[in-house]
Amino acid sequence: MNSFEWIDASSVDEASRLLAESTHDRPVIAKAGGMDVLDLMKEGILRPARVVNLRTIQGLDGIQTDASRSLHLGALVTLAQISSDPNVLKHYGALAAAASHAATPQVRNVATLGGNLLQRPRCWYFRHEHFSGEDVAEAVRQGENQYHGIFATEQTPLVHASTPATALVAYDARVQLSSVRGQHTVAISDFLLPPDPGRDRDAALQQGEILTQVTLPALADGTQSAYRKQTERDSYDWPLCDVAVVLRRGSDARVESIAIALGWVAPTPMRATEAEAILLGHRVDEEAARRAARAAVSKAKPLSRNAYKVDVLEAVIRRTILDAATR
Amino acid sequence: MSDPASSDRSVQYGIVGDALRDVVRKVPQDEPPPWPANDQLAVVGKPTPRLDARQKVTGQALYTFDVQLDGMLFGCTVSSTVAHARIRSIDTSKAERHPGVRAVHILDRVLMTASLRDPGDEAKQRYPTVRYLGQPIAGIAATSARAAREAASLVQIEYEPLPHVVSLEEARQPDAPMIFPGPTEQPATAGGGGAQKGLDQKGNLRGPATNTRGNVDQGFADAEVVVEREYRTQVQTHVPMETHGIVADWRDDELTLYASTQFTLSVRDEAVEIFGLDPAKVRVLSEFTGGGFGAKYGIGNYGALAIHLSRKARAPVRFMLDRREEHVTVGNRPATVQQLKIGAKRDGTLTAVRLRSFGTGGVAAGAGVGSCHSTLYACSNVSTEHYDVFTNAGPAAAFRGPGQVQGIFALEQAIDEIADKLGIDPIELRDRIDTRDVDDSKARKVERHRGAQRFGWEKRRPTNADAGPIKRGVGMAQSQWYYIVHKDTECEVRVLGDGTVQAFSSAQDIGTGTRTVFAQVIAEEFGLRTEEIDARIGDSRYPAGPPSGGSRVTSSLTPAARNAAYRAAQELAKHIAPLLGCKPGEVVFSGGKVEGPTRSMGFREAIREARIDTIVQRSRRVPDYEGYARTAGDFQLSRHGIGGVQFAQISVDTETGVVKVERVLAVHDCGRPINPQLVESQIYGGVIQGVSYALYEERHLDGASGVQLNANIDQYKIVGSRETPAIEVHLIEQLGGQSSTDARGVAEPANVATAAAIANAFFNATGKRILTLPLTPANVLAALRAPDERGNA
Ligand SMILES: Cc1cc2nc3c(=O)[nH]c(=O)nc-3n(C[C@H](O)[C@H](O)[C@H](O)COP(=O)(O)OP(=O)(O)OC[C@H]3O[C@@H](n4cnc5c(N)ncnc54)[C@H](O)[C@@H]3O)c2cc1C
Repeated sequence: MNSFEWIDASSVDEASRLLAESTHDRPVIAKAGGMDVLDLMKEGILRPARVVNLRTIQGLDGIQTDASRSLHLGALVTLAQISSDPNVLKHYGALAAAASHAATPQVRNVATLGGNLLQRPRCWYFRHEHFSGEDVAEAVRQGENQYHGIFATEQTPLVHASTPATALVAYDARVQLSSVRGQHTVAISDFLLPPDPGRDRDAALQQGEILTQVTLPALADGTQSAYRKQTERDSYDWPLCDVAVVLRRGSDARVESIAIALGWVAPTPMRATEAEAILLGHRVDEEAARRAARAAVSKAKPLSRNAYKVDVLEAVIRRTILDAATR
Repeated sequence: MSDPASSDRSVQYGIVGDALRDVVRKVPQDEPPPWPANDQLAVVGKPTPRLDARQKVTGQALYTFDVQLDGMLFGCTVSSTVAHARIRSIDTSKAERHPGVRAVHILDRVLMTASLRDPGDEAKQRYPTVRYLGQPIAGIAATSARAAREAASLVQIEYEPLPHVVSLEEARQPDAPMIFPGPTEQPATAGGGGAQKGLDQKGNLRGPATNTRGNVDQGFADAEVVVEREYRTQVQTHVPMETHGIVADWRDDELTLYASTQFTLSVRDEAVEIFGLDPAKVRVLSEFTGGGFGAKYGIGNYGALAIHLSRKARAPVRFMLDRREEHVTVGNRPATVQQLKIGAKRDGTLTAVRLRSFGTGGVAAGAGVGSCHSTLYACSNVSTEHYDVFTNAGPAAAFRGPGQVQGIFALEQAIDEIADKLGIDPIELRDRIDTRDVDDSKARKVERHRGAQRFGWEKRRPTNADAGPIKRGVGMAQSQWYYIVHKDTECEVRVLGDGTVQAFSSAQDIGTGTRTVFAQVIAEEFGLRTEEIDARIGDSRYPAGPPSGGSRVTSSLTPAARNAAYRAAQELAKHIAPLLGCKPGEVVFSGGKVEGPTRSMGFREAIREARIDTIVQRSRRVPDYEGYARTAGDFQLSRHGIGGVQFAQISVDTETGVVKVERVLAVHDCGRPINPQLVESQIYGGVIQGVSYALYEERHLDGASGVQLNANIDQYKIVGSRETPAIEVHLIEQLGGQSSTDARGVAEPANVATAAAIANAFFNATGKRILTLPLTPANVLAALRAPDERGNA
């Protein structure tokens, strides 16, 4: 790991100004929990000249509900906080579950929501210095791709690593970005970009911008949600896939609105629109869930070694739909 | 040959609680009297916490990684970044100019790999050919670990690339790139390893090593049922908690090596061999070793580098591998393909066993699949044929039950399949065929039945009994390991004038509890408590102890320890008898006291009053009373083995392919258990590592580059706390009448049967055979989709 300079930022503006100074030769990078930053520095993938510590900025670590019942999560809120916050647990169960199933207790205690959304892919080609500068996507297609994508692999076989992102996509969250130039919000699915090892980040974040907040819209009464992360191991593991389902049913038990988001199978968490269409207006039972899950995977185009993920995903979608409907 | 100093003695033989009888053995006259069963001993056979437990959990224990010497430098490897190449040039000038750098050394010889039988097969060159990505090329010593790494990145190496191949399948093909341009040998060295000499080599295929008896074709003609399958096992890497490492301190008069090792003397001997030193001038210290599992023998390339660098820099050098080097360069369990065919009569009698196997240990030879196919079960017609397949990958090394773990995975599934086809209970079938007249067979018989009862085997359900997507099943498999005794094992016991009892052995403790077991045996003889013995180990200056490999430490060390202690106690009795007003033969050491028929005194008090100068007794490990079947390298093999039977209960999620091992019952023997608590702990470890092998661990190499993609402990998946099943251990006490302690080993047997038991449970759960390890969702779903092959062959 290289030597670097460390600066504790005291405000969003200061951090933004410092980050704007980043150049190719003197990279300046933000650090929140530092989990991914440290991992990437150890592998020699990040070689910052200067590290800007965001954790010293006040006011970014709270969880609040506003008058319109939207939920605002500060960028420095930790995964541990999310998984135990009573409001999140009560109204946004899929997010609480996603946060509590990410990583390990130790990691969750320091990993922040902002940093989590901005982490780089876990792809073992991307993370190995041997392949830096090479065509990582092509190496994956030709090589050991058992944990890679099964959708839109022609775009990239790499998948975004954040699992809370899958729940956020299902809730249609928005992300607030701030810089010295001002502040704006963007939908989570527009914010996350297909992983590209050639770029510095896999998100629509301009140089000098800070992610300050994530907002989840108010949910209509009776909304139910569920989340499943399918791993090989229980203790801690990266997923084969994860699925979040948010749905609301009318008094006749027919689905009035539904969002199904699939993570770790496509470049970014994707909505299973065919499956949603099958369920909309219908009752959720075993058979409907089965049809929806099948539809959701029908367009999968697995790589040479990950056809099994299609079957796993199908089962997990079906189970998560049924979970949501029985909550 | 009869030994004049031996006489016939009656000793106990059999399994305690089952059948014990007396047998007559020729026993050297100065052997101590045989111990009775454990329930009549005071210290031996009692669960005793390890002596260094507190030191370990409080961080007081000093591992090689913790060694700090004045002026110590930090070593780091320069490794190859290509899988196969000749090196045209190495430019170290930039690295040498780095301000922190004190020495640079380029290796002129690579250890742990096979080498050409005829070096003339390869054009002479300045540097060793690179045969795998990550192969050590040079080393740097610098004032900090970071400076060393920085400097390493400044070394410029010009390669002339050669075509490479990393997969066993591809390397087997006749047109595959050749890893070695000619036939190879891999003699066993002080660093261990070794492969059968003089075998043919065609392309990357070295072999076959064969083993034949009877007429296999006739055997299959006589068979009433035949099973035939191809099994595959993956490469597993050792992943000890502490990586390999050495601190080398070269002085003009002496070389001191602090080593994380399984065999202090192999570190000394390999240093002597490579540097042409006087053994008396090399001292190896190993206070604590953070695990090894078979890979920590000898000095390794890192050790050679550390010594060279220390000599050049005239300062001590600490050279610890990082986690990536640990995965790639210092050993692994070879991958195998085993084509196994077995024929049997309707009553279960085996008529023929035929095995054709391939194993790849990367650039190392010796990737066999053990001897179980030909030795576990009675069968008169056997033919085994094994080929090592070279690949451009890091070298294999011994790994907890080397060969047998892979072999048993295939064999025990095949036996399970025969049982299923014949409609015979798998335990009943083994009762009929596990009948060789050896101690391990007798042990397994008792283990099967005690195990079946404890496990609830009779509640085993028919195959594929669950209707839903989650299917549960149970299975069992047998273990077989060698009963090994190290050739040269000696130890010394001293009783000091203040009553202190010391014991010395160069043996190391790699986490098994050797220090404690050593002390226990001596405590028993003096009637003291284990913690009252000052047991000193891990120093090559002490009397020669065994390596922690082959499950041989306890079997080799404890008889020598007991004998030395027994003699010291006898000598002590002579001095103390007058104080107690009795004959020396009447002195009894018990409960911290010395007792005569009429009087008793405290142990220390008696020694002080008797004004004893130091008593010193040395003793060697006396050969087994019954002798050995054969000698191999530095050890002797008994005709008896070590058994073990494991039962597993698993669940299979047939939709996601996720397998969970819910419960394992491990029933084991290790001769006389000296410390049941430590034996259990070995068995827990064996089962956990077995589950990890069966379900998760797998080295992934990228074919195009030869890079190990998961050389970390994130993507190299190891069992975690939540995947650890409920483990129950049941131990039997088997007295073999072979030595003064009758102890055998358990570390390896505990790891041999687990994967096979899980695989058999998989069949019971699903009705499908899982022929490929590990049981990942990818492999499991593929197995479940395979056509249903039940029915007759
Ligand atoms: C063992 C292990 C298991 C894991 N398992 C999972 C898992 O199952 N699911 C999962 O989702 N993740 C998992 N992770 C990843 C982990 O959750 C992320 O590394 C962590 O959330 C990153 O958050 P952080 O605050 O530490 O970010 P940092 O490492 O500090 O930052 C990450 C990136 O975000 C940038 N950044 C951070 N905050 C901001 C901000 N506010 N504005 C602008 N840029 C910012 C940084 O510059 C950096 O590029 C695992 C990690 C480990 C070590």
